[in-house]
Amino acid sequence: MIRLENISRTFFVGGRPVHALRKVSFSIAEGEYVTIMGASGSGKSTLLNILGCLDRPNAGRYFLDGREVGGMKDEELAAVRGHKIGFVFQAFHLVPRLTALENVELPMVFAGAERGARRRAAQKALETVGLADRAEHRPNQLSGGERQRVAIARSIVMKPAILLADEPTGNLDSRTGLEVIALLEKLNTSGMTLVIVTHDPKLGSRAPHLIRLSDGRVIEDVFPKGAVTAKRSINRAGERADENVAD
Amino acid sequence: MKGRDLLRLAYGGFRGHRLRTLLSVLGVSAGIAAVVVLTSLGSAARDYITREFLSLGTNLLIVLPGKTETTGMVPVIGGVPHELTLEDAEYLERNLRSVKRMTPVVLGSARARHRNRARNVTVVGTSETFREVNGLTVARGIFLPRRVARKHEPVCVLGATVARELFGRENPLNQFVRVGGFRFRVIGVTAPRGMMLGADLDEMIEVPTRSAMKLFNRRGLFRLLIELKNEEAIPFVRRDVARLIKERHEGEEDITVFTQDALLATFGKILDAVTAALSAIAAISLAVAGIGIMNVMLVAVSERRNEIGLMKALGATRNQVTALFLTEAALLGGFGGAAGILFGTAACRVFTRIYPDFPVSPPLWAVAAAAFVALGVGAFFGGYPARKAARLDPVAALRSRG
Repeated sequence: MIRLENISRTFFVGGRPVHALRKVSFSIAEGEYVTIMGASGSGKSTLLNILGCLDRPNAGRYFLDGREVGGMKDEELAAVRGHKIGFVFQAFHLVPRLTALENVELPMVFAGAERGARRRAAQKALETVGLADRAEHRPNQLSGGERQRVAIARSIVMKPAILLADEPTGNLDSRTGLEVIALLEKLNTSGMTLVIVTHDPKLGSRAPHLIRLSDGRVIEDVFPKGAVTAKRSINRAGERADENVAD
Repeated sequence: MKGRDLLRLAYGGFRGHRLRTLLSVLGVSAGIAAVVVLTSLGSAARDYITREFLSLGTNLLIVLPGKTETTGMVPVIGGVPHELTLEDAEYLERNLRSVKRMTPVVLGSARARHRNRARNVTVVGTSETFREVNGLTVARGIFLPRRVARKHEPVCVLGATVARELFGRENPLNQFVRVGGFRFRVIGVTAPRGMMLGADLDEMIEVPTRSAMKLFNRRGLFRLLIELKNEEAIPFVRRDVARLIKERHEGEEDITVFTQDALLATFGKILDAVTAALSAIAAISLAVAGIGIMNVMLVAVSERRNEIGLMKALGATRNQVTALFLTEAALLGGFGGAAGILFGTAACRVFTRIYPDFPVSPPLWAVAAAAFVALGVGAFFGGYPARKAARLDPVAALRSRG
């Protein structure tokens, strides 16, 4: 589903190159639960932005469902972000003037969905995160944990294949953080690919697939529990098939 | 993105910035109000003048003594233009075809007195046709009969104001008014008519042309109005007038013939120039308002960088972000336009109340144009901020505080 080949990303700060990512390669199969770990400045957020098609690498190739993202135009990228990927941010990023329901609806607004369908989908997403009774609340009337759950509802309202979470517990206390993680894991077991970026080792140990970054390089890409599901291996095979076709 | 959602999202952007929004809307409304008022004044002036000319009767030729353009000849003795006399008028009347009526006019100012009351009046030497041409009606008595124009006869018709001020509640008919050195018998009083091309017809006294010439000791006419039977005759009659006058004035064509159309066209040109100048002023105020919108939108874009990054992460395309901010700017313009049209219309109402003779009301096209311009100003000056928003790097935008 996701395959990176020698992805490099270099920023220029004051005319000097800063190598945020250096020749990063790995793959993530459909339905996986991956944690990307690393110290601050290791390049993990940059990596997540590239995975989310918010940023483009300077070199290397990124295949999403067998299609190379590098050649896509703005419109296609927006469609990928809208339909295929759900974002969960550390700072929630809810629009303060909109209600919880309207915030959840937002991706469907950009996708041009009908009002009725939107309402139903948003309501259902709020139910999934257990906040159906908070639909008409504005973000400032919600607790931190509730805000993050609204943000999660928003990330799944388009039924994306991939959930990307950037330090989703960073602004929460450990108990609500754990609740949020549990919610994300529940969504993963229902079939969504989950990628969490964190510097918290406790979270990292929960995921079956761990990718560790340091100084812009992958220093570890392991399955600590050794559990490779049947689904994953099938997908790997499928991807290999795709490659053969592409070659 | 659906149009209604776009509007709702854009409108939502004003929440929390009510004062800022209100101020920029006020800026636009001032500009639009200026446009509405100025175009209304321009069109009211045009209507006013057209109406005045139409009441003069159509197919009118106006003959003035003297030539308005220079001949380039050195003025020797006898180079002074001949006056246009009553005899000239009679000669024209005898020799022209297609003439419906001819009105020689002499104009002067004199003191009119009845017993101990006196006032300055405008004396018009004319005949029956003056009444017809100016749409005057007689309230009492009769107007100057046609036949008396050519000879001196000491009779007069009073304008409504003159009659009231000299006679009060008395019946002026058959009483005498002393004008200059002459005594005139009042044979009629005209009904109030009001202003006509800047002259108050109610403050005039009409006397036979010949009498006015005697009164002012003058040989020449002020002007000669020739009304034709049909419009087609205008060029021929015009040419004939020039030819006949030339015959009588020793080969000199020392008159100027205007048509009503030409006068209207001249006024039209002046009005156009004035309107253009006023529009330019209005355009400046609109440009200032537009810059205000641009400023507000730039602030909005930098304040909502975060939100723009989020929208992009949620699948908004560049075009959608552009559309959102453009709509916001156009809404500012639109609200400003609506308020401006209201203010402008109110100003016109007030103006009309103060000057009832000069009714000013915004023409529909001006209102429509103002609304269109307001939206256009918003969209034009919102264009740069909107493009700026669309070009924001989502990663950087999401990272920014706010």
